[in-house]
Amino acid sequence: MFMMPNLRTARAGLMMGAAAAALVLTSVTADAETIRWARVGDALTMDPHSQNEGPTHTLNHHIYETLVGRADDGSLTQRLATDWGISEEDENVWVFTIREGVKFHDGSDMTVEDVVFSLDRARTPPSGMAALHAAVEEVTAVDDTTVHVRMSGPAPLYVQNLTNTFIMSKAWAEANGVETSPNFAAGEEAHSVRNTNGTGPYMLVERDPEVRTVLRAFEDHWADAPEVTEIIYTPITEAATRVAALLSGEVDIVQDVPVQDIARLEQTDGISVVRGPENRNIFFSYDMTSDSLASSNADGNPFASPEVREAMSLAIDRNAIQQVVMRGESQPSAAPLPPFVNGWTEDMHAFGDPDLARAGELMAEAGYPDGFSVQLDCPNDRYLNDESICQALVGMLARINIQVDLNAQTRSLHFPLIENWETDFYLLGWGVPTFDSQYVFDFLVHSREGSYGSFNGSRYSNPELDEKIQALATMTDLEERDALIAEIWDEVMEERIFLNVHNQVLAYAMRDGINLDVHPENQPRMTTVTFD
Amino acid sequence: MLTVSAVYAGSDMLAFILRRLVQSVIVMLTVALVAFALFRFVGDPIASMVGQETTLAERAEMREALGLNDPFVVQFAKFVTRAATGDFGISYRLQQPVMELILSRLPATLELALVSGVAAFVFGVGFGVYTALNRGNWLSGTIMTASLIGVSLPTFLIGVLLIWVFAVELQWLPSFGRGETVYIGNWWRTGLLTESGRASLILPAITLGLYQMTLIMRLVRAEMLEVLRTDYIKFARARGLSNRAVHFGHALKNTLVPVITITGLQLGSIIAFSIITETVFQWPGVGALFINSVRFVDVPVMAAYLMLIALVFVVINLIVDLLYYAVDPRLRVDRANTRH
Repeated sequence: MFMMPNLRTARAGLMMGAAAAALVLTSVTADAETIRWARVGDALTMDPHSQNEGPTHTLNHHIYETLVGRADDGSLTQRLATDWGISEEDENVWVFTIREGVKFHDGSDMTVEDVVFSLDRARTPPSGMAALHAAVEEVTAVDDTTVHVRMSGPAPLYVQNLTNTFIMSKAWAEANGVETSPNFAAGEEAHSVRNTNGTGPYMLVERDPEVRTVLRAFEDHWADAPEVTEIIYTPITEAATRVAALLSGEVDIVQDVPVQDIARLEQTDGISVVRGPENRNIFFSYDMTSDSLASSNADGNPFASPEVREAMSLAIDRNAIQQVVMRGESQPSAAPLPPFVNGWTEDMHAFGDPDLARAGELMAEAGYPDGFSVQLDCPNDRYLNDESICQALVGMLARINIQVDLNAQTRSLHFPLIENWETDFYLLGWGVPTFDSQYVFDFLVHSREGSYGSFNGSRYSNPELDEKIQALATMTDLEERDALIAEIWDEVMEERIFLNVHNQVLAYAMRDGINLDVHPENQPRMTTVTFD
Repeated sequence: MLTVSAVYAGSDMLAFILRRLVQSVIVMLTVALVAFALFRFVGDPIASMVGQETTLAERAEMREALGLNDPFVVQFAKFVTRAATGDFGISYRLQQPVMELILSRLPATLELALVSGVAAFVFGVGFGVYTALNRGNWLSGTIMTASLIGVSLPTFLIGVLLIWVFAVELQWLPSFGRGETVYIGNWWRTGLLTESGRASLILPAITLGLYQMTLIMRLVRAEMLEVLRTDYIKFARARGLSNRAVHFGHALKNTLVPVITITGLQLGSIIAFSIITETVFQWPGVGALFINSVRFVDVPVMAAYLMLIALVFVVINLIVDLLYYAVDPRLRVDRANTRH
């Protein structure tokens, strides 16, 4: 049988050889370091604006750059913009100072024209990023280093929407006919799907979709050279194979570690696991406004009763879900938003032990002493252990006589139920890319109209609250704004629109000697990797 | 020199082929129809195509632009007319033309299927003959028991076990991927010409071929035992022929006809059912492409893949039918006689 050399030994040998060479030739400063990086799926496209999707952004962040970056603690950092703020003359205008001396991979200089072009391309359909730039009216270059973005009104948080909007070369886009982002319906492949020209720290060397993507450090990059000089990115769909590839030494970093393997990997010699909170919370919600529920035997709509909603919050055992379903890998919380998002408070987060006696009383008070039946819709391939979380809730609600009929299915069937208001009771996970509560309110709390409330499956509608939510968008006094956010949350928590379960925890597993922190948006940057 | 009956047979052959071709087209259309009917139940592609910020109005617009709101009949008719010209549209997920995607993934699947098919045949026949000739010895017993595992364990588990033993524990073979590949001509990417490519092929080929090998082995063994009991084997022995000549020249030769038929037909299944093996080993073939497309509700790729698999089966069946026609003289004679 063919023998493949033991990869770890071969690697160690290579490194020792390199070390020996470095001793002889002191002029050798940095060793070429390759990182072999595996995760569950591939980027969908290399086009910088076509898809607003996690894995796509994660890979593109290595090739393209944004005006502002997101640090591991969630704060904003300089990237292609060195300074930003709301104009002193006009509160509707954002002013960006663009970094000088930045080169594209093809050697041309990046100018403010490229920035204007990119922001325009990103906000023009069919770009997947358009929704994040809906309030932009005009982007103009004022001088060689300044770009003005005029908004339709004051937009104090607009800069938070820019962390995934990449800057590309105008000349390159025009030369290759990709002035707008690719259109699915057009029926042909755009040049930018498999070719790139960014300003990022790595250049695309090889792109074999769903097989292998190779990136090499860009020597003319404006920042300090990263320790990792080459990235080999391989998607491995099957969880067992992904872990096996790490154990056999064929990959160095596994980004999507299956929950059930975390503990075992931690105990494996030569492998270390890092954990961190993800920007995503998992919660249940329910139709609380319809007159009756399609899937229930109850008279009227039990979810409309505040007592029933309170009883459910007393019946759920979040700690049990953490220990049994998530094997400890989650942060149980009653707050329907991730902890680093503006507006989160310790009070919202706190929850007590389940109190079934009180819950039973509340059910009786609400007029459902014998309980009722209802269907719970749940995805089974979207969030960590999503179906098991729903199963656990079925058992917990049975103790207060709510007979839950679980309907777990694939995400492409699950999400349209929420979109079309065809579910009475459902599980949803929500990430907050802007790191501000307004994002939660806009999509989940505001009545469904226009761009608001698209994931508001509770049909909750409160005109007074809607007004407050809309006001948030244009408030420039941040203290006042934070007070209003707290006010809205008080109301939302009081109404129990959400039955939150936990925040997801991310885990990355890697070969010993590699240091990489968990990124809250699950977008690890290989530029931040260091070696022992 | 053509005899009258040969001319008749020739035109008869043509009619036979034409009839088969028409039937094939009907089969393909039926598959397309069934596939299309099923797609209505796999969900909404828009949900996986857009970000969570996209408004409901934009989603509706996109659905309209992709023609997802058209009546079923219209969608189907559009698909068939475009498919007839080889145009299967563009992948919702990877934004590449579907035909190009499938053609670029096909060599990986075909190489895997071919290697595991050949291995299954060679080892199946070998083990089958050995166990038939050496009934009762310990090695035959072991092979027979081990072959039970081959039929009873699910492919997924076999794959993971092999990865665990040969990639993680022994570190002899890679656990995933296809290794290094090189191009033959413009689009055929092969892993057979590189060392890492061949090494990567071993585990998936075993996983995919194990069931077929067991099947062939048991078939050969049963047929061999049957044939060895027949009179002409006794006569052959009586003539004083060597064991070798009797076993391989007479016995094995007569068992091979059904074995070859089964192997040929199984080749279609190997291609069609490589989905699981490809997923376990991250093998970049059409099976893995299909599974990823199902997850994403990438309807154009799913439709094209199902049509491709239908085509494979139709072509294999057509070839088998033609071979029977060519091989079995009775068929021809009967037809020719009815004309007179």
